[in-house]
Amino acid sequence: MAHSYTPGLKVTERMKITKKRILPLKGDVVVKVGDKVEPDTVVARTDLPGTVEPLNVANILGVPPEDVEDCMVKKEGDQIEKGETIALNKSFFGLFKTEAKSKISGSIESVSSVTGQVLLRGEPIPVEVKAYLQGEVVETIENEGCSISTLGSFVQGIFGVGGETHGTIKIVVPDNATVLEDKHIGEDCKGCVVVGGSMATAGAVKRAISVGAAGIVAGGISDKDLREFLGYDIGVAITGNEDLGVTLVVTEGFGEIAMAQKTFDLLKSKEGMMACINGATQIRAGVIRPEVVIPLAGDIHEAGAEEVETTAGLEVGSPIRVIRQPYFGQIGTVSGLPPALQQLDSESKARVLEVEFQEGKKVIIPRANVELIEG
Amino acid sequence: MKEIKPEDINVILATDCGSTTTKAILIEKVGDEYRLIVRGEAPTTVEAPFEDVTMGVLNAVAEVEELSGRRLLDENHKIISPSKDEGDKKEGTDIYVSTSSAGGGLQMMVAGVVRSMTAESAERAALGAGAIVMDVIASNDKRLPHEQIERIRHLRPDMILLSGGIDGGTITHVVEIAELISGADPRPRLGSGYNLPVIYAGNKDAREAIKETLEDKVDLGIVDNIRPVLEKENLLPAREKIHDLFMEHVMAQAPGYSKLMEWTDVPIMPTPGAVGLIMKTIADLEDIEVLGVDIGGATTDVFSVFQGVFNRTVSANLGMSYSVSNVFAEATLPMVMRWVPFDMDERDLRNRVKNKMIRPTTIPQSMQELIFEQAIAKEALRLAFIQHKNFATVLKGVQQQRTIADAFDQKAGGETLVNMMTLNMLIGSGGVLSHAPRRQQAAMMLIDAFQPEGITRLAVDSIFMMPQLGVLSQVHAKAAKEVFDKDCLIHLGTCIAPVGETKPGKPVMKYRFELPGGKTEQGELKAGEMIKIDLGFDPDTDLPLKAKAVLEPERGFDVGPGKGSHLETTVSGGVSGLILDGRGRPFSPPENNKDRVESLIQWMTALNVYNEDALRG
Repeated sequence: MAHSYTPGLKVTERMKITKKRILPLKGDVVVKVGDKVEPDTVVARTDLPGTVEPLNVANILGVPPEDVEDCMVKKEGDQIEKGETIALNKSFFGLFKTEAKSKISGSIESVSSVTGQVLLRGEPIPVEVKAYLQGEVVETIENEGCSISTLGSFVQGIFGVGGETHGTIKIVVPDNATVLEDKHIGEDCKGCVVVGGSMATAGAVKRAISVGAAGIVAGGISDKDLREFLGYDIGVAITGNEDLGVTLVVTEGFGEIAMAQKTFDLLKSKEGMMACINGATQIRAGVIRPEVVIPLAGDIHEAGAEEVETTAGLEVGSPIRVIRQPYFGQIGTVSGLPPALQQLDSESKARVLEVEFQEGKKVIIPRANVELIEG
Repeated sequence: MKEIKPEDINVILATDCGSTTTKAILIEKVGDEYRLIVRGEAPTTVEAPFEDVTMGVLNAVAEVEELSGRRLLDENHKIISPSKDEGDKKEGTDIYVSTSSAGGGLQMMVAGVVRSMTAESAERAALGAGAIVMDVIASNDKRLPHEQIERIRHLRPDMILLSGGIDGGTITHVVEIAELISGADPRPRLGSGYNLPVIYAGNKDAREAIKETLEDKVDLGIVDNIRPVLEKENLLPAREKIHDLFMEHVMAQAPGYSKLMEWTDVPIMPTPGAVGLIMKTIADLEDIEVLGVDIGGATTDVFSVFQGVFNRTVSANLGMSYSVSNVFAEATLPMVMRWVPFDMDERDLRNRVKNKMIRPTTIPQSMQELIFEQAIAKEALRLAFIQHKNFATVLKGVQQQRTIADAFDQKAGGETLVNMMTLNMLIGSGGVLSHAPRRQQAAMMLIDAFQPEGITRLAVDSIFMMPQLGVLSQVHAKAAKEVFDKDCLIHLGTCIAPVGETKPGKPVMKYRFELPGGKTEQGELKAGEMIKIDLGFDPDTDLPLKAKAVLEPERGFDVGPGKGSHLETTVSGGVSGLILDGRGRPFSPPENNKDRVESLIQWMTALNVYNEDALRG
């Protein structure tokens, strides 16, 4: 196997970040290369085809399906208004009329002589794609979208809920180990990205929603609290479409775990600046992690601004985070990489490493249970 | 595709491109029989930054080369064919085959008129072909037409199978569903350069109307009706068409597959379809009933052959890593914890489960974590098996002739084909079963989850070779069967579980086993008790040893021939030997906490499942 460890989550002071902004269907790109954009700038827009509403005209008019075509007042492709008569059946020398009226505004999609069904197509639904980042358009893809680049600090989370948003960074706890509670969140957090310490409680999340905070970044969240404010249990980690009124980014995992010092210090040093955050998580092939992007001043074309891929792998001295019990959440450095398989307490044989924790204690841990802290 | 004669095949290379790992195996003819020589694996390279599946294949094959000393790739990274062995210099393979589930496998949507009849037949056809069924649309599925249209639009399947009506039956209803599909104007999941493939396998009288409705919008293929009359299913033409389209459309869109398709000597098959094929082949050849399960990180597949009928189900959100939290939610905490012989803090447990979900590659380090993980596996397997039992049924909607005797045994139509008493072999596969540190743990998980009845052989496919053998069975059934028997399965032994209920400690069955070497083991199995009797492997043939068994169940207990009936038979051994399960059927651990913990410890100790110290917490 190429990797016997989980590639780490990125926490970087300064890098070039590029995001593709693509429409769900082909449409118009309304920016050009070199344009400076803000998070709310619309970069592309299109119209999604409207919803389809079937109407069984044969049943309504009481005619055989093959006669529906002749009864149609409107033909395929015609525009229609809600409540408008689209088909008509006259009987007894025109004295009695039965009408089929449209339930929606839009157009006639199709008329079937087999089933007597008429499909009505609703009006197009406009869709806009925003820039999400503050930065510069570096590429446009005809009819599809564009790429936006920015120079910024970047923090990758492990799990999140809620979609893209942005706000001013506000640190509300004294250190990375303090639990973020409702008392920490005041009215002045409106529109802000609130940074907590080791865990965000359900109360804190609710308070953040009520004061109108844009987002929360914290070390952990308890499964119980997450269920409480979502109103359901997450079965598989595919998130991002929740409509909670706040976006949550968790940097370490479930439970009370201090935010990595490096992450906390980075966010603290950027207090007062704008952060663009996204809670979308997809832990499947093609993994998507939640993120915090803090755009910085500077030219994206400047030398040294190119993204540096850190693929060094595990070495003696590498900083790591343990991601499973019994040492879950602890941070240390690799002090040995024995090549042979070793038997664990569970009696499984696995590749292991030796970790030295900050207080000097050394333990053996399976390589699969650590994560490289990337810079 | 080149013509290959089975007798010319001495060397076989087979790969399976999974969503995370690509596995390669090398089979050679040794003397008169085919044996597995080595296996290699490498990460699958379908996704960025590689985006070419053949890179992972070449890496896995390179590992096989290294381990076997056989040169398989030439300087241009092409597979050398045919094989040429001169002295120590071994080169090439006579045949190369592959299966694939990379890129999320084959995702389908099926539609029919009546949910429990034609739509269910369509679902069976799709599942049997190895697809993941994203949704089943039917005229009577209780959704409004506009909701159905939204669903079709939203899901973006790889293809749709449309059925409905027996030949000569309803036309209107089938065309109505076709109109919904047409209105939804669905787009394929991968790529936008082609139309979505739709297979029509319904009433033959509706074909013209279906063509008129759909031909302009989709890539329409028409095959024989899957339900020509109510009493009969005809799934093969639809399954074959699904495989063809899988190759032409889905595979061809995935990065690197067009190259891989040129390399293989027979068409690439979807992985689960190939597993089904080998299971059906084995069940047919040996005339046995087989139940197989593959528990993965995200999904659990259950396969069965009962009364000669093959069935497959996929439980999309039951798995040990990505979906572990869902298993926990569906099974509920008390159901998982009933398998754990010590207390754990609920809040902490829930966080642990979620942490496994977001960091799916971690492994249990402590014994406590392992016991907990295997408890979750038992529940995932149990839930997947319930889904399978409900799906693998006799055809619904068929009028049955009843005699007066049946009047006292009234059953609703569509009862399950799954019969644990007639089941001969239970095969487990997937990380949690095949990588369990002790094989007894796999045996225990299978027994607790599936609750086999009477006499059942247990096995695990430790390296998940069944897909490769499935596709191989199409070209060389003999080689596939020989490797399956000798190298693919790890025989765990035989479970003997009398069916019945009584109070704990009461006698259930007297037993006597005549073991090889003249030794005899005899005694009495009591209710609530488990006993393990060692019976391993023949050192000359590597095959499990056999023993003559004389079983005398108490009145009210059945091991196969009927309640209280005596049975003499031959049983096979394995890594765990013979397991006598006196817990009755159906069973669950005692509700009283003290009794439950004591029972669990007795069972786990008797079978040597875990280190005894760990069991005491």
